[in-house]
Amino acid sequence: MLDALIQGILLGGYYAILAAGLSLMFGVVRFINLAHGDLAIYGAYLVLFAVEVLGLSPWVAVASVVPVMALLGWLLQATLFARTIKGGFLLPLLTTFGLGAVLQNGMFGLFGSDTKSLGNHIGNLSWASWQLPVGISVGQLPVITFAVAVAVLGSLQLVLSFSKLGRAIRATSSDPEAAELSGIDARAVHRAAAAIAVALAGLAGAFLAMRALINPYAGPTQLIFAFEAVVIGGIGSLWGTLVGGIVLGVAQSFGATISAQGFQLAGHLVFLGVLGGRLYLAHSRNLGGWRGVLGMPALPLKSATQLKKVTSEGRS
Amino acid sequence: MSEEPAMVQPMLEGRGIDKSFGAFKVLKAVDLAVASGEAVGIVGPNGAGKTTLFGVLAGALLPTAGTVRFAGADLTGTGAAARCRSGIARTHQVPRPFLGMSVFENALTAAQFGAGLSGSAAEDCAAEALERTALLNHANRPAAALGLLDRKRLELARALATRPRVILLDEIGGGLTEAELGLLITLIGQLKADGLTIVWIEHILHALLKVIDRLVCMSAGAVIAEGGPDAVMADPEVRRAYLGGSL
Repeated sequence: MLDALIQGILLGGYYAILAAGLSLMFGVVRFINLAHGDLAIYGAYLVLFAVEVLGLSPWVAVASVVPVMALLGWLLQATLFARTIKGGFLLPLLTTFGLGAVLQNGMFGLFGSDTKSLGNHIGNLSWASWQLPVGISVGQLPVITFAVAVAVLGSLQLVLSFSKLGRAIRATSSDPEAAELSGIDARAVHRAAAAIAVALAGLAGAFLAMRALINPYAGPTQLIFAFEAVVIGGIGSLWGTLVGGIVLGVAQSFGATISAQGFQLAGHLVFLGVLGGRLYLAHSRNLGGWRGVLGMPALPLKSATQLKKVTSEGRS
Repeated sequence: MSEEPAMVQPMLEGRGIDKSFGAFKVLKAVDLAVASGEAVGIVGPNGAGKTTLFGVLAGALLPTAGTVRFAGADLTGTGAAARCRSGIARTHQVPRPFLGMSVFENALTAAQFGAGLSGSAAEDCAAEALERTALLNHANRPAAALGLLDRKRLELARALATRPRVILLDEIGGGLTEAELGLLITLIGQLKADGLTIVWIEHILHALLKVIDRLVCMSAGAVIAEGGPDAVMADPEVRRAYLGGSL
Protein backbone atom coordinates (compact mmCIF):
# COMPACT_ATOMS: atom_id res chain seq x y z
CA MET A 1 0.00 0.00 0.00
CA LEU A 2 2.69 2.48 1.10
CA ASP A 3 4.72 1.30 -1.83
CA ALA A 4 1.97 2.23 -4.28
CA LEU A 5 1.56 5.61 -2.61
CA ILE A 6 5.27 6.45 -2.93
CA GLN A 7 5.38 5.25 -6.52
CA GLY A 8 2.32 7.32 -7.33
CA ILE A 9 3.76 10.47 -5.79
CA LEU A 10 7.01 10.05 -7.70
CA LEU A 11 5.10 9.40 -10.94
CA GLY A 12 3.36 12.72 -10.27
CA GLY A 13 6.71 14.43 -10.82
CA TYR A 14 6.80 13.25 -14.42
CA TYR A 15 3.21 14.42 -14.99
CA ALA A 16 4.04 17.79 -13.47
CA ILE A 17 6.89 18.40 -15.94
CA LEU A 18 4.66 17.39 -18.84
CA ALA A 19 1.62 19.33 -17.65
CA ALA A 20 3.45 22.54 -16.65
CA GLY A 21 4.03 23.40 -20.31
CA LEU A 22 0.41 22.75 -21.22
CA SER A 23 -0.74 24.87 -18.29
CA LEU A 24 1.67 27.68 -19.16
CA MET A 25 0.46 27.80 -22.77
CA PHE A 26 -3.16 27.91 -21.68
CA GLY A 27 -2.58 30.39 -18.87
CA VAL A 28 -0.40 32.84 -20.79
CA VAL A 29 -1.22 32.42 -24.48
CA ARG A 30 -4.81 31.12 -23.97
CA PHE A 31 -3.84 28.40 -26.40
CA ILE A 32 -4.61 24.69 -26.13
CA ASN A 33 -1.86 22.70 -27.77
CA LEU A 34 -3.19 19.24 -28.66
CA ALA A 35 0.24 18.31 -30.03
CA HIS A 36 1.87 18.73 -26.59
CA GLY A 37 2.09 14.97 -26.02
CA ASP A 38 3.44 14.38 -29.50
CA LEU A 39 6.05 17.08 -28.95
CA ALA A 40 7.10 15.24 -25.78
CA ILE A 41 7.53 12.02 -27.76
CA TYR A 42 9.37 13.94 -30.47
CA GLY A 43 11.75 15.26 -27.82
CA ALA A 44 12.29 11.71 -26.60
CA TYR A 45 13.16 10.56 -30.13
CA LEU A 46 15.60 13.45 -30.51
CA VAL A 47 17.33 12.34 -27.31
CA LEU A 48 17.42 8.75 -28.60
CA PHE A 49 18.87 10.00 -31.88
CA ALA A 50 21.54 12.00 -30.06
CA VAL A 51 22.48 8.95 -27.98
CA GLU A 52 22.31 6.20 -30.60
CA VAL A 53 23.49 8.02 -33.72
CA LEU A 54 25.60 10.91 -32.42
CA GLY A 55 26.95 8.87 -29.51
CA LEU A 56 26.31 11.46 -26.80
CA SER A 57 25.88 10.37 -23.21
CA PRO A 58 22.17 10.33 -22.23
CA TRP A 59 22.32 13.30 -19.84
CA VAL A 60 24.32 15.41 -22.29
CA ALA A 61 21.76 14.46 -24.92
CA VAL A 62 18.87 15.60 -22.71
CA ALA A 63 20.69 18.84 -21.91
CA SER A 64 21.21 19.57 -25.60
CA VAL A 65 17.75 18.53 -26.77
CA VAL A 66 15.94 20.82 -24.31
CA PRO A 67 17.24 24.04 -25.95
CA VAL A 68 16.47 22.59 -29.39
CA MET A 69 12.89 21.98 -28.25
CA ALA A 70 12.74 25.53 -26.86
CA LEU A 71 13.74 26.83 -30.29
CA LEU A 72 11.10 24.63 -31.90
CA GLY A 73 8.46 26.05 -29.54
CA TRP A 74 9.54 29.59 -30.34
CA LEU A 75 9.33 28.86 -34.09
CA LEU A 76 5.94 27.13 -33.79
CA GLN A 77 4.51 30.11 -31.91
CA ALA A 78 6.03 32.62 -34.34
CA THR A 79 4.93 30.86 -37.51
CA LEU A 80 1.87 28.77 -36.70
CA PHE A 81 0.25 29.29 -33.29
CA ALA A 82 0.17 33.10 -33.39
CA ARG A 83 -1.73 32.97 -36.69
CA THR A 84 -4.23 30.33 -35.70
CA ILE A 85 -5.10 31.99 -32.39
CA LYS A 86 -6.63 34.90 -34.29
CA GLY A 87 -9.09 32.48 -35.90
CA GLY A 88 -11.13 31.84 -32.77
CA PHE A 89 -11.31 28.98 -30.32
CA LEU A 90 -11.71 26.06 -32.74
CA LEU A 91 -8.85 26.79 -35.13
CA PRO A 92 -6.00 26.24 -32.62
CA LEU A 93 -7.54 22.88 -31.66
CA LEU A 94 -7.80 21.74 -35.28
CA THR A 95 -4.35 23.05 -36.18
CA THR A 96 -2.55 21.44 -33.27
CA PHE A 97 -4.52 18.22 -33.78
CA GLY A 98 -3.16 18.27 -37.34
CA LEU A 99 0.33 19.13 -36.11
CA GLY A 100 0.10 16.10 -33.81
CA ALA A 101 -0.76 13.85 -36.76
CA VAL A 102 2.12 15.29 -38.77
CA LEU A 103 4.52 14.68 -35.89
CA GLN A 104 3.27 11.11 -35.34
CA ASN A 105 3.61 10.14 -38.97
CA GLY A 106 6.85 12.06 -39.34
CA MET A 107 8.34 10.09 -36.45
CA PHE A 108 6.97 6.88 -37.92
CA GLY A 109 8.70 7.71 -41.21
CA LEU A 110 11.98 8.73 -39.61
CA PHE A 111 12.34 6.29 -36.73
CA GLY A 112 10.05 3.38 -37.65
CA SER A 113 7.22 1.89 -35.64
CA ASP A 114 9.34 -0.20 -33.25
CA THR A 115 9.01 0.65 -29.60
CA LYS A 116 12.16 2.17 -28.21
CA SER A 117 13.52 3.14 -24.86
CA LEU A 118 16.35 5.09 -23.35
CA GLY A 119 16.41 2.51 -20.56
CA ASN A 120 19.22 0.56 -22.24
CA HIS A 121 21.45 3.61 -22.32
CA ILE A 122 21.31 4.74 -18.71
CA GLY A 123 23.09 1.80 -17.14
CA ASN A 124 21.33 0.28 -14.15
CA LEU A 125 19.43 3.49 -13.38
CA SER A 126 16.19 2.25 -14.89
CA TRP A 127 15.89 -0.50 -12.28
CA ALA A 128 18.24 0.55 -9.47
CA SER A 129 16.60 1.49 -6.21
CA TRP A 130 17.31 2.80 -2.74
CA GLN A 131 16.26 0.84 0.34
CA LEU A 132 14.33 2.83 2.91
CA PRO A 133 14.55 1.77 6.58
CA VAL A 134 10.96 0.47 6.78
CA GLY A 135 11.61 -2.16 4.16
CA ILE A 136 10.45 -0.13 1.20
CA SER A 137 12.52 0.39 -1.89
CA VAL A 138 12.18 3.43 -4.12
CA GLY A 139 13.43 3.52 -7.71
CA GLN A 140 16.29 5.90 -8.29
CA LEU A 141 14.97 7.13 -11.65
CA PRO A 142 11.53 8.11 -10.28
CA VAL A 143 13.23 9.98 -7.42
CA ILE A 144 15.49 11.81 -9.87
CA THR A 145 12.48 12.63 -12.08
CA PHE A 146 10.57 13.97 -9.11
CA ALA A 147 13.57 16.03 -7.95
CA VAL A 148 13.95 17.49 -11.45
CA ALA A 149 10.22 18.31 -11.50
CA VAL A 150 10.45 20.20 -8.20
CA ALA A 151 13.60 21.98 -9.37
CA VAL A 152 12.05 22.92 -12.74
CA LEU A 153 8.77 24.14 -11.25
CA GLY A 154 10.65 25.96 -8.49
CA SER A 155 12.92 27.81 -10.89
CA LEU A 156 9.99 28.58 -13.16
CA GLN A 157 8.15 30.00 -10.15
CA LEU A 158 11.19 32.13 -9.27
CA VAL A 159 11.42 33.41 -12.84
CA LEU A 160 7.71 34.26 -12.87
CA SER A 161 7.78 35.97 -9.48
CA PHE A 162 10.97 37.96 -9.59
CA SER A 163 12.39 38.37 -13.09
CA LYS A 164 11.57 40.97 -15.70
CA LEU A 165 10.50 38.24 -18.14
CA GLY A 166 8.29 36.74 -15.42
CA ARG A 167 6.62 40.07 -14.82
CA ALA A 168 6.01 40.44 -18.55
CA ILE A 169 4.53 36.93 -18.65
CA ARG A 170 2.21 37.62 -15.72
CA ALA A 171 1.13 40.98 -17.14
CA THR A 172 0.41 39.46 -20.56
CA SER A 173 -1.43 36.55 -18.99
CA SER A 174 -3.57 38.97 -16.97
CA ASP A 175 -4.45 41.33 -19.84
CA PRO A 176 -2.51 41.29 -23.12
CA GLU A 177 -3.87 44.63 -24.31
CA ALA A 178 -3.05 46.41 -21.05
CA ALA A 179 0.38 44.78 -21.18
CA GLU A 180 0.97 46.33 -24.60
CA LEU A 181 0.01 49.71 -23.11
CA SER A 182 2.77 49.20 -20.58
CA GLY A 183 5.26 48.69 -23.38
CA ILE A 184 5.29 44.88 -23.31
CA ASP A 185 5.41 43.14 -26.67
CA ALA A 186 2.75 40.52 -25.95
CA ARG A 187 3.62 38.47 -29.03
CA ALA A 188 7.25 38.19 -27.93
CA VAL A 189 6.04 37.07 -24.49
CA HIS A 190 3.86 34.44 -26.16
CA ARG A 191 6.89 33.16 -28.10
CA ALA A 192 8.89 32.94 -24.87
CA ALA A 193 6.07 31.04 -23.15
CA ALA A 194 5.80 28.61 -26.07
CA ALA A 195 9.57 28.05 -25.98
CA ILE A 196 9.41 27.19 -22.27
CA ALA A 197 6.35 24.96 -22.77
CA VAL A 198 7.82 22.91 -25.62
CA ALA A 199 11.19 22.64 -23.86
CA LEU A 200 9.37 21.19 -20.83
CA ALA A 201 7.50 18.77 -23.10
CA GLY A 202 10.84 17.57 -24.49
CA LEU A 203 12.26 17.14 -20.99
CA ALA A 204 9.20 15.16 -19.91
CA GLY A 205 9.47 13.00 -23.03
CA ALA A 206 13.09 12.17 -22.21
CA PHE A 207 12.13 11.01 -18.71
CA LEU A 208 9.25 8.99 -20.14
CA ALA A 209 11.61 7.24 -22.55
CA MET A 210 13.98 6.39 -19.70
CA ARG A 211 11.41 4.49 -17.65
CA ALA A 212 9.07 3.19 -20.39
CA LEU A 213 8.83 2.10 -24.00
CA ILE A 214 7.77 4.74 -26.50
CA ASN A 215 6.51 4.57 -30.05
CA PRO A 216 5.59 7.32 -32.52
CA TYR A 217 1.91 7.14 -31.54
CA ALA A 218 2.39 7.40 -27.78
CA GLY A 219 1.74 11.16 -27.65
CA PRO A 220 -2.04 11.41 -27.33
CA THR A 221 -2.13 9.21 -24.20
CA GLN A 222 0.47 11.45 -22.58
CA LEU A 223 -1.56 14.49 -23.60
CA ILE A 224 -4.60 13.11 -21.81
CA PHE A 225 -2.59 12.49 -18.64
CA ALA A 226 -1.19 16.02 -18.82
CA PHE A 227 -4.68 17.45 -19.27
CA GLU A 228 -5.95 15.52 -16.29
CA ALA A 229 -3.09 16.72 -14.12
CA VAL A 230 -3.66 20.34 -15.19
CA VAL A 231 -7.40 20.23 -14.58
CA ILE A 232 -7.13 18.44 -11.24
CA GLY A 233 -4.50 20.93 -10.05
CA GLY A 234 -6.24 24.03 -11.42
CA ILE A 235 -5.14 25.92 -14.51
CA GLY A 236 -2.61 28.67 -14.09
CA SER A 237 -0.95 27.42 -10.91
CA LEU A 238 2.44 25.73 -11.15
CA TRP A 239 2.35 24.06 -7.75
CA GLY A 240 -1.26 23.12 -8.42
CA THR A 241 0.02 21.29 -11.48
CA LEU A 242 2.43 19.33 -9.29
CA VAL A 243 -0.40 18.50 -6.87
CA GLY A 244 -2.60 17.48 -9.82
CA GLY A 245 0.19 15.29 -11.17
CA ILE A 246 0.63 13.63 -7.78
CA VAL A 247 -3.11 13.00 -7.35
CA LEU A 248 -3.24 11.45 -10.83
CA GLY A 249 -0.08 9.42 -10.23
CA VAL A 250 -1.31 8.08 -6.89
CA ALA A 251 -4.69 7.16 -8.36
CA GLN A 252 -3.03 5.31 -11.24
CA SER A 253 -0.58 3.60 -8.96
CA PHE A 254 -3.36 2.32 -6.66
CA GLY A 255 -5.44 1.35 -9.70
CA ALA A 256 -2.54 -0.73 -10.98
CA THR A 257 -2.39 -2.71 -7.73
CA ILE A 258 -6.01 -3.77 -8.32
CA SER A 259 -5.63 -4.81 -11.93
CA ALA A 260 -3.39 -4.13 -14.90
CA GLN A 261 -6.09 -2.09 -16.60
CA GLY A 262 -6.76 -0.22 -13.36
CA PHE A 263 -3.78 2.05 -13.99
CA GLN A 264 -5.49 4.27 -16.55
CA LEU A 265 -9.03 3.70 -15.36
CA ALA A 266 -8.41 4.88 -11.79
CA GLY A 267 -6.72 8.03 -13.07
CA HIS A 268 -9.66 8.84 -15.35
CA LEU A 269 -12.15 8.17 -12.54
CA VAL A 270 -10.38 10.53 -10.14
CA PHE A 271 -10.24 13.15 -12.89
CA LEU A 272 -13.97 12.81 -13.54
CA GLY A 273 -14.66 12.86 -9.80
CA VAL A 274 -12.74 16.13 -9.37
CA LEU A 275 -14.46 17.64 -12.39
CA GLY A 276 -17.88 16.55 -11.14
CA GLY A 277 -17.18 17.89 -7.66
CA ARG A 278 -16.15 21.27 -9.04
CA LEU A 279 -19.21 21.35 -11.28
CA TYR A 280 -21.42 20.65 -8.27
CA LEU A 281 -19.73 23.36 -6.20
CA ALA A 282 -19.80 25.90 -9.01
CA HIS A 283 -23.52 25.31 -9.47
CA SER A 284 -24.50 25.14 -5.82
CA ARG A 285 -22.66 28.39 -5.08
CA ASN A 286 -23.71 29.82 -8.40
CA LEU A 287 -20.28 31.17 -9.15
CA GLY A 288 -17.38 30.39 -11.37
CA GLY A 289 -19.24 28.84 -14.29
CA TRP A 290 -16.99 26.69 -16.46
CA ARG A 291 -13.93 28.60 -15.31
CA GLY A 292 -14.74 27.52 -11.78
CA VAL A 293 -15.11 23.95 -12.97
CA LEU A 294 -11.63 24.06 -14.49
CA GLY A 295 -10.24 25.62 -11.32
CA MET A 296 -9.22 28.77 -13.15
CA PRO A 297 -8.97 32.06 -11.31
CA ALA A 298 -12.09 34.18 -11.79
CA LEU A 299 -11.67 36.60 -14.63
CA PRO A 300 -11.73 40.32 -13.95
CA LEU A 301 -14.00 43.08 -15.16
CA LYS A 302 -12.13 42.83 -18.44
CA SER A 303 -14.65 40.70 -20.28
CA ALA A 304 -17.46 42.96 -19.13
CA THR A 305 -15.57 45.98 -20.43
CA GLN A 306 -15.06 44.45 -23.80
CA LEU A 307 -18.68 43.45 -24.02
CA LYS A 308 -19.71 46.96 -23.14
CA LYS A 309 -17.39 48.37 -25.76
CA VAL A 310 -18.71 46.10 -28.44
CA THR A 311 -22.32 46.91 -27.69
CA SER A 312 -21.84 50.65 -27.45
CA GLU A 313 -19.87 50.60 -30.68
CA GLY A 314 -22.31 48.32 -32.40
CA ARG A 315 -25.41 50.24 -31.39
CA SER A 316 -24.47 53.45 -33.11
CA MET B 1 6.36 74.04 -42.54
CA SER B 2 6.54 76.03 -45.76
CA GLU B 3 3.13 74.89 -47.03
CA GLU B 4 1.14 75.14 -43.80
CA PRO B 5 1.27 78.73 -42.65
CA ALA B 6 2.52 79.23 -39.10
CA MET B 7 1.70 75.65 -38.10
CA VAL B 8 4.27 74.26 -35.71
CA GLN B 9 4.79 70.54 -36.23
CA PRO B 10 2.21 68.79 -34.05
CA MET B 11 3.27 66.35 -31.33
CA LEU B 12 0.60 63.81 -32.23
CA GLU B 13 -1.34 63.86 -35.45
CA GLY B 14 -3.97 61.66 -37.04
CA ARG B 15 -4.72 62.59 -40.61
CA GLY B 16 -7.59 61.30 -42.73
CA ILE B 17 -8.28 58.42 -40.32
CA ASP B 18 -10.90 55.95 -41.56
CA LYS B 19 -11.79 52.91 -39.49
CA SER B 20 -14.36 50.31 -40.47
CA PHE B 21 -15.48 47.20 -38.63
CA GLY B 22 -16.88 45.13 -41.47
CA ALA B 23 -19.31 47.31 -43.39
CA PHE B 24 -19.72 49.71 -40.47
CA LYS B 25 -17.68 52.90 -40.72
CA VAL B 26 -16.79 54.02 -37.21
CA LEU B 27 -14.38 56.79 -38.22
CA LYS B 28 -14.68 58.88 -41.36
CA ALA B 29 -11.71 60.98 -42.43
CA VAL B 30 -10.90 62.20 -38.92
CA ASP B 31 -8.14 64.81 -38.60
CA LEU B 32 -6.70 65.56 -35.19
CA ALA B 33 -3.50 67.44 -34.44
CA VAL B 34 -2.23 68.09 -30.94
CA ALA B 35 0.67 70.47 -30.31
CA SER B 36 3.37 69.80 -27.75
CA GLY B 37 2.20 70.76 -24.25
CA GLU B 38 -1.37 71.26 -25.38
CA ALA B 39 -4.41 69.78 -23.61
CA VAL B 40 -7.23 68.82 -25.96
CA GLY B 41 -10.64 67.60 -24.83
CA ILE B 42 -12.83 65.33 -26.96
CA VAL B 43 -16.57 65.22 -26.43
CA GLY B 44 -19.38 63.57 -28.36
CA PRO B 45 -22.33 61.26 -27.91
CA ASN B 46 -21.89 57.53 -27.31
CA GLY B 47 -20.85 55.75 -30.48
CA ALA B 48 -19.22 58.86 -31.96
CA GLY B 49 -15.97 56.87 -32.37
CA LYS B 50 -13.95 58.61 -29.66
CA THR B 51 -12.57 55.46 -28.07
CA THR B 52 -11.95 53.94 -31.50
CA LEU B 53 -9.91 57.03 -32.38
CA PHE B 54 -7.82 56.44 -29.24
CA GLY B 55 -7.38 52.83 -30.31
CA VAL B 56 -6.01 53.99 -33.65
CA LEU B 57 -3.76 56.64 -32.06
CA ALA B 58 -2.39 54.24 -29.41
CA GLY B 59 -1.85 51.37 -31.85
CA ALA B 60 -4.46 48.90 -30.62
CA LEU B 61 -6.33 49.27 -33.92
CA LEU B 62 -4.98 49.59 -37.43
CA PRO B 63 -6.81 52.33 -39.34
CA THR B 64 -8.51 51.38 -42.61
CA ALA B 65 -7.01 54.53 -44.13
CA GLY B 66 -5.04 57.53 -42.94
CA THR B 67 -1.80 58.11 -41.08
CA VAL B 68 -0.77 58.54 -37.46
CA ARG B 69 2.31 60.65 -36.84
CA PHE B 70 4.03 61.16 -33.53
CA ALA B 71 6.89 63.62 -33.03
CA GLY B 72 7.42 63.73 -36.77
CA ALA B 73 7.61 59.95 -37.33
CA ASP B 74 4.97 57.89 -39.14
CA LEU B 75 3.71 55.30 -36.64
CA THR B 76 0.65 54.09 -38.58
CA GLY B 77 1.77 50.46 -38.79
CA THR B 78 3.56 50.33 -35.45
CA GLY B 79 2.17 48.15 -32.66
CA ALA B 80 0.86 49.41 -29.33
CA ALA B 81 3.88 48.26 -27.32
CA ALA B 82 6.35 50.10 -29.55
CA ARG B 83 4.19 53.24 -29.50
CA CYS B 84 4.07 53.08 -25.72
CA ARG B 85 7.85 52.85 -25.61
CA SER B 86 8.16 55.83 -27.95
CA GLY B 87 6.06 57.98 -25.61
CA ILE B 88 2.30 57.53 -26.17
CA ALA B 89 0.42 56.44 -23.05
CA ARG B 90 -3.26 55.56 -22.81
CA THR B 91 -5.68 54.84 -19.99
CA HIS B 92 -8.82 52.77 -20.37
CA GLN B 93 -12.31 53.91 -19.45
CA VAL B 94 -12.72 50.90 -17.17
CA PRO B 95 -9.34 50.44 -15.46
CA ARG B 96 -7.49 47.28 -16.38
CA PRO B 97 -4.86 46.71 -13.69
CA PHE B 98 -2.81 43.51 -13.64
CA LEU B 99 -4.91 41.92 -10.92
CA GLY B 100 -2.39 39.29 -9.86
CA MET B 101 0.22 41.92 -9.01
CA SER B 102 0.72 44.44 -6.25
CA VAL B 103 0.10 48.12 -6.96
CA PHE B 104 3.83 48.74 -7.01
CA GLU B 105 4.50 45.89 -9.41
CA ASN B 106 1.87 47.27 -11.78
CA ALA B 107 3.77 50.55 -11.96
CA LEU B 108 7.14 48.80 -12.02
CA THR B 109 6.08 46.76 -15.06
CA ALA B 110 5.26 49.97 -16.91
CA ALA B 111 8.56 51.56 -15.85
CA GLN B 112 10.61 48.55 -16.91
CA PHE B 113 8.98 47.94 -20.26
CA GLY B 114 7.36 51.25 -21.19
CA ALA B 115 10.10 53.60 -20.02
CA GLY B 116 12.83 51.01 -20.66
CA LEU B 117 14.37 51.48 -17.22
CA SER B 118 16.01 48.83 -15.09
CA GLY B 119 17.15 48.28 -11.55
CA SER B 120 16.67 51.10 -9.07
CA ALA B 121 15.92 53.62 -11.83
CA ALA B 122 12.79 51.62 -12.69
CA GLU B 123 11.83 51.38 -9.02
CA ASP B 124 12.27 55.12 -8.54
CA CYS B 125 10.19 55.83 -11.63
CA ALA B 126 7.41 53.54 -10.41
CA ALA B 127 7.47 55.06 -6.92
CA GLU B 128 7.38 58.56 -8.40
CA ALA B 129 4.31 57.69 -10.52
CA LEU B 130 2.58 56.24 -7.45
CA GLU B 131 3.46 59.29 -5.41
CA ARG B 132 2.01 61.65 -8.01
CA THR B 133 -1.22 59.68 -8.06
CA ALA B 134 -1.37 59.48 -4.24
CA LEU B 135 -1.06 55.70 -4.30
CA LEU B 136 2.24 55.32 -2.52
CA ASN B 137 0.50 54.29 0.71
CA HIS B 138 -1.15 51.45 -1.19
CA ALA B 139 2.02 50.34 -2.98
CA ASN B 140 2.14 46.89 -1.40
CA ARG B 141 -1.56 46.10 -1.63
CA PRO B 142 -2.77 43.73 -4.32
CA ALA B 143 -4.20 45.69 -7.24
CA ALA B 144 -7.36 43.59 -7.00
CA ALA B 145 -8.07 45.09 -3.56
CA LEU B 146 -8.38 48.67 -4.86
CA GLY B 147 -11.66 50.56 -5.20
CA LEU B 148 -12.71 52.41 -8.36
CA LEU B 149 -10.96 55.74 -7.66
CA ASP B 150 -7.72 53.99 -6.75
CA ARG B 151 -7.98 51.76 -9.80
CA LYS B 152 -8.34 54.87 -11.95
CA ARG B 153 -5.33 56.34 -10.18
CA LEU B 154 -3.40 53.14 -10.81
CA GLU B 155 -4.37 53.23 -14.47
CA LEU B 156 -2.95 56.75 -14.57
CA ALA B 157 0.12 55.80 -12.51
CA ARG B 158 0.90 52.97 -14.89
CA ALA B 159 0.59 55.33 -17.84
CA LEU B 160 2.86 57.91 -16.15
CA ALA B 161 5.45 55.26 -15.25
CA THR B 162 6.02 54.67 -18.96
CA ARG B 163 7.45 58.25 -19.04
CA PRO B 164 5.07 59.41 -21.79
CA ARG B 165 5.25 62.58 -23.84
CA VAL B 166 1.55 62.44 -24.66
CA ILE B 167 -1.18 60.79 -22.62
CA LEU B 168 -4.59 59.71 -23.91
CA LEU B 169 -7.18 59.68 -21.12
CA ASP B 170 -10.42 57.81 -21.85
CA GLU B 171 -13.26 58.97 -19.56
CA ILE B 172 -11.06 58.86 -16.52
CA GLY B 173 -13.59 60.96 -14.58
CA GLY B 174 -16.58 58.68 -15.16
CA GLY B 175 -18.16 57.00 -12.14
CA LEU B 176 -16.41 59.15 -9.53
CA THR B 177 -17.98 61.31 -6.85
CA GLU B 178 -17.60 65.10 -7.12
CA ALA B 179 -14.91 65.11 -4.43
CA GLU B 180 -12.96 62.33 -6.13
CA LEU B 181 -13.32 64.08 -9.45
CA GLY B 182 -11.91 67.25 -7.92
CA LEU B 183 -8.77 65.40 -6.83
CA LEU B 184 -8.37 63.92 -10.29
CA ILE B 185 -8.77 67.30 -12.02
CA THR B 186 -6.10 68.81 -9.78
CA LEU B 187 -3.75 65.98 -10.68
CA ILE B 188 -4.33 66.26 -14.42
CA GLY B 189 -3.87 70.02 -14.17
CA GLN B 190 -0.48 69.42 -12.55
CA LEU B 191 0.52 67.04 -15.31
CA LYS B 192 -0.33 69.70 -17.88
CA ALA B 193 1.65 72.30 -15.93
CA ASP B 194 4.61 69.93 -16.08
CA GLY B 195 4.44 70.03 -19.87
CA LEU B 196 2.74 66.71 -20.60
CA THR B 197 0.63 66.73 -23.76
CA ILE B 198 -2.92 65.58 -22.95
CA VAL B 199 -5.82 64.30 -25.03
CA TRP B 200 -8.86 63.68 -22.85
CA ILE B 201 -12.17 62.06 -23.77
CA GLU B 202 -14.76 63.02 -21.19
CA HIS B 203 -18.52 63.35 -20.81
CA ILE B 204 -18.19 65.50 -17.68
CA LEU B 205 -17.78 68.85 -19.37
CA HIS B 206 -17.02 71.00 -16.32
CA ALA B 207 -14.12 68.68 -15.48
CA LEU B 208 -12.71 69.00 -18.97
CA LEU B 209 -13.04 72.77 -19.06
CA LYS B 210 -10.82 73.21 -15.99
CA VAL B 211 -7.87 71.68 -17.83
CA ILE B 212 -8.14 71.88 -21.59
CA ASP B 213 -7.02 74.53 -24.06
CA ARG B 214 -9.06 73.31 -26.98
CA LEU B 215 -12.20 71.23 -27.47
CA VAL B 216 -13.01 68.79 -30.26
CA CYS B 217 -16.54 67.50 -30.77
CA MET B 218 -17.13 64.22 -32.60
CA SER B 219 -20.38 62.79 -33.83
CA ALA B 220 -21.08 59.70 -35.96
CA GLY B 221 -17.40 59.10 -36.66
CA ALA B 222 -16.46 62.61 -37.74
CA VAL B 223 -15.12 65.79 -36.14
CA ILE B 224 -18.00 68.28 -36.34
CA ALA B 225 -16.41 71.21 -34.50
CA GLU B 226 -13.17 72.21 -32.85
CA GLY B 227 -11.66 75.28 -31.27
CA GLY B 228 -12.09 77.22 -28.05
CA PRO B 229 -14.36 75.37 -25.60
CA ASP B 230 -16.99 78.14 -25.47
CA ALA B 231 -17.20 78.48 -29.23
CA VAL B 232 -17.51 74.71 -29.69
CA MET B 233 -20.22 74.32 -27.09
CA ALA B 234 -22.15 77.22 -28.61
CA ASP B 235 -22.03 75.65 -32.08
CA PRO B 236 -25.60 74.73 -33.11
CA GLU B 237 -24.54 71.46 -34.69
CA VAL B 238 -22.71 70.47 -31.50
CA ARG B 239 -25.75 71.32 -29.39
CA ARG B 240 -27.92 69.16 -31.61
CA ALA B 241 -25.55 66.17 -31.78
CA TYR B 242 -24.14 66.24 -28.29
CA LEU B 243 -26.84 67.57 -26.05
CA GLY B 244 -29.81 66.39 -28.08
CA GLY B 245 -28.22 63.06 -28.90
CA SER B 246 -27.85 62.02 -25.31
CA LEU B 247 -31.62 61.96 -24.75
